Amino acid sequence: MSEPGSPVIAKRSGSKAWQAYRSNPLSVAGLVIVAVIVFMAVFADYLTPFPEHVGPIGDFAAMNMGPSETYRLGTDTMGRDLFTRIIYGYQLSLIMAVVVLAIATPVGVIVGLVAGYKGGWTDYVLMRITDIFLAVPPLVLAMAIMGFLEPTLLNGMLAITAMWWPWYARLIYNVTRAEAQEGYVLAAETVGASTMHIIFREILPNCWPSILTKMTLDVGFVILMASSLSFLGLGVQPPTPDLGSMVAEGAKYMPDAWWLSVWPAIAILIIVLGFNLVGDGLREAFEAES
Amino acid sequence: MSTPILELDNLGKTFEADGHRVVALDGVSLTFNRGECHAIVGESGSGKTTIANLVLGLMPATSGSMRFNGVALPAERTKAHRRAIQLVQQNPLSALNPRRSVGASVRLPLDVHGIGVSRERGARVAGLLEEVGLEADYARRSPRGLSGGQRQRVAIARALACEPELIVLDEPTSALDVLVQARVLQLLQRLRQERGLTYLFITHDLAVVRAIATRVSVFQKGRLVETGPVESIFANPQSAYTRQLIGAIPVVTEEEAKIRNVIRAGTPTPLGTE
Amino acid sequence: MAEPVLTIRDLRLAFGSRRRQTEVLHGISLHVRASEKVALVGESGSGKSVTARLAMGLLQEAPTTHASGSIRFDGIDAIKGGREIARRRGNRVAMIFQDPTSALNPTFKIRGQFREVLRSGNPAISDADADRQAEAALAEVSIPDPKRALDSYAFQLSGGMNQRVMIAMALANRPALLMADEPGTALDVTVQAQTLKLMHELTEKRGTAVLLISHNLGVVREFADRVYVIYRGRIVEHGTTAQLFHEPRHPYTRALLAAIPKISGGGLPDLPERSPDFENPLIVHEGCGEPAGAIA
Repeated sequence: MSEPGSPVIAKRSGSKAWQAYRSNPLSVAGLVIVAVIVFMAVFADYLTPFPEHVGPIGDFAAMNMGPSETYRLGTDTMGRDLFTRIIYGYQLSLIMAVVVLAIATPVGVIVGLVAGYKGGWTDYVLMRITDIFLAVPPLVLAMAIMGFLEPTLLNGMLAITAMWWPWYARLIYNVTRAEAQEGYVLAAETVGASTMHIIFREILPNCWPSILTKMTLDVGFVILMASSLSFLGLGVQPPTPDLGSMVAEGAKYMPDAWWLSVWPAIAILIIVLGFNLVGDGLREAFEAES
Repeated sequence: MSTPILELDNLGKTFEADGHRVVALDGVSLTFNRGECHAIVGESGSGKTTIANLVLGLMPATSGSMRFNGVALPAERTKAHRRAIQLVQQNPLSALNPRRSVGASVRLPLDVHGIGVSRERGARVAGLLEEVGLEADYARRSPRGLSGGQRQRVAIARALACEPELIVLDEPTSALDVLVQARVLQLLQRLRQERGLTYLFITHDLAVVRAIATRVSVFQKGRLVETGPVESIFANPQSAYTRQLIGAIPVVTEEEAKIRNVIRAGTPTPLGTE
Repeated sequence: MAEPVLTIRDLRLAFGSRRRQTEVLHGISLHVRASEKVALVGESGSGKSVTARLAMGLLQEAPTTHASGSIRFDGIDAIKGGREIARRRGNRVAMIFQDPTSALNPTFKIRGQFREVLRSGNPAISDADADRQAEAALAEVSIPDPKRALDSYAFQLSGGMNQRVMIAMALANRPALLMADEPGTALDVTVQAQTLKLMHELTEKRGTAVLLISHNLGVVREFADRVYVIYRGRIVEHGTTAQLFHEPRHPYTRALLAAIPKISGGGLPDLPERSPDFENPLIVHEGCGEPAGAIA
C-alpha cells in the first residue's frame, strides 16, 4: 500500500468492466445477437415482408409452403409468412420479458433488501413467504394460476411474474446479508444515517451487478417459460404470433411441414442463447471489476 | 485539565449462545478525560471491542451505565449522541462504500445532521479532505483507486465531518504498513491537538500506545487489569499480565530491548524512560 | 561457510499478456545456507510473498505469469521443475503459513493430517508408527496432551495450539529448509512471541535452515541471523541482523526503522507526512541492493 504521493488515477469503474466484457468474444457475440433481435422486433412493421400476416388474415393460396424465394422460411397453415410471424413473436416475447421483469425485479429486490438488512421478525416473515413460492415448481405454479384465470396475454404475464419475484428476493437477501457485514454499513449507522438511506443508497448500489446479471439471464428464461405456457395452450391465444404456440401448432404437421415448428424453435434457441451469453459476460465483467 | 467526558460505571456485557454464557465485559468502571488519547489494550477476548460497541450504542449493556458529559447515555441513542461519538474502523478496505464516491461518503454526516447549508457542503467536504492530508479533488474519486492509508484518511475525514467530541479508534492502523501507520498516527495526533478531540484508542499494539496514548487501560478476559498514565504503565507495570504484554513486543533497538528485559524480569523498578 | 540450501538468482516475475506486462519482481537474488535463519522483510506489495510462493513452487503456472531467473533448491530449479519441487517439499522443504487455523483442513482430525504428512516423507510408515511419531512431535512443541490433540479438529484447538501443530507437522520430516510466511501474524502478541521462540529453538536444535517472510522488523531482529530488505520488487539492502539494525544504509530501511513506534518513548517518529524521496524508484538502486549474482 502506498500513501499519498503515489499518483493513482482512479478510472471510472465502468470502463474496467467494459474492457473485461469486450475481451470475451462470446459475450460480444451475445450482444450482437440481442441487438439485432431487439432492432428487428422494434421495427418489425418496416422490416418484415408481410406485416399484415400478424393477424388472422393469410394467403390461403400459399398455404403450408416450404421455404422459397418469396417466403424465405415458408408459410404456415393459413398461408402466413413464417419469418414475419417469428419477428412479431420476438416482439411479443420481449414485451413480456420486459413487463415481467419490470414488476418482479423491484418487488423481489425490495423484499430481499428489507429482509436482509432488518433481520429478526421482518426477515423471518418475508423470507418464509418467499420460500413458499419457491417450494412450488415454477411451471406448476404458473399452470395453476392460468387454470384459474383466463388464458390471456396479461394473465400469462401475471402468472410468470408471481413465480419470478421470489428468486430476486432470495438472491438480493443473500447479497444484502453479506453487504450488511461490511464496514461501510457500520459507518453509515454510526454516523446516524436512516434505514432508508442505508438500504437504498449504500447497499442497493452494491446489488446492481447481481441484479443486472440475473435480469439479463432471465430475459431468456422468461421467454422460454412464456413459450412453454403457450406451447401447453395456457398462454397467448391465436392469432397473436407467439413462438411457443407456433412450435406447438407446427408439431402436428411434423415431419412433412417441418418448417412450421423448426424455425420458431430455432428462434427461441437464438434469443435465449443471446441473452445468456450477455448475462454470463456481464457476470464475468463485474467480477473482473471488483 | 481533567474533565471527564465519558464515564463507565460497573459496565457489563454477557452474551448467551446455545445455553453458554460468555462474560465479555465484567463490571468495568473507568473514566475517560476530555482531550486525552486513552488506549484500551488487550488481546482477543479481552473485551476491548465490546467496550467500543457499547460506547457507540451498537448493542445494549447487560448491566451498569455510561455517562457522557455527565449525562446518562440512553440505550437508544439520540441524534446528538450519534453525532458526538464517532468511529474509525480497523479495515480501511471495507469502511468505504466501493460504489459511492469519496465525496459522497464524507458528505453523508453533513446531510444526516444538517451541518452547514446544503450548497456549501461540497466546499466543506473539500476542507475536510485537505485537513486529513488529501487533495480536494479526491472527492470525485472512487475508493477503489485509493491505497489503504488514503482510505483510512477518508474514513477519518468522515468521522470529523460530524464534528465529534469523542472518536472511537478501533485498531485504526493495524491493517496498514508501518510507514503508512506512522503518518496516520501523526495525523491523528495533530487532529486531537488542533480540535481538542478525545480518543478511545483500541489496540493490541503496546508500542503504538507508547507513541500516541496519554493514558492506558489494560484489559484481560473482560476485566480491567490496570489503568494509568502511559509513562507509569511502561515505567512500572503493576500487573503480571501487563508485564507479559510488554515483554512480548518485538522491538528494534537495544534501548527498547533493555527496557523490555527489565519488565520481563518482573521486578517493578523506577526505570525512567523519558 | 555452509552450502546454500536455497539460492535465488535474478528472479523476475511479470504478469500480463505477452504484449503488455507488469513486472513485479525486478531481479531478486538471495540465498539461505544450511542451518541459517534468514529473513526477507518488506511491506505489503513489496513482492516478498510472491517470492516465497515461487520458491515453493506454489505459484500457479498460467499463461499470464512470466518468471525468469533461477530458484535452486537441492539442485532442482523451481521455476522449471515446479512440480518436482512440489513433490519433494514434504520432506525437504516445509512451509508455515500466516493463519494456522485455516491452513489445517477443517474436515479431518489432526491425526489423519499428521499421518499424511509423515507418509509423504516415508510412504511405508505404519499407522501405529506414524501416530507414535506424531505424539512425540506434538510433545516436542509443548502440546500438553498430544493424544487428545491428535483426536481433535483444528477448530477445536486455539490459534496458538494450531500454530504449534503446524510447526510440528512442518518439522516432522526433518526438512532442510523451513519457509515461514508471516508466522503467527493472525495470533495474539503473546502467543505469537511464544510460537516464534518455539520455532527458533526447534530449528536451532535440528539445524534446519529458515527463510522467514515478514513485515515486522521487530520479529526479524529477534529471529534472523541475516536480513534482506525488499522494496517494490527489489532487494534494497541486505546484511547481518546486527549490521542492519545498527547501521541501516539504505534510506528506505532507515525510514522503516524510524517509523516503528518505540516502547522506549520519544513519541511519534518524525516522518514527512508526504511521500519520502525513496519512493522514487529511480534512486532505489543507488542504495545497497545486492547486485545480481553477488552471492558468495
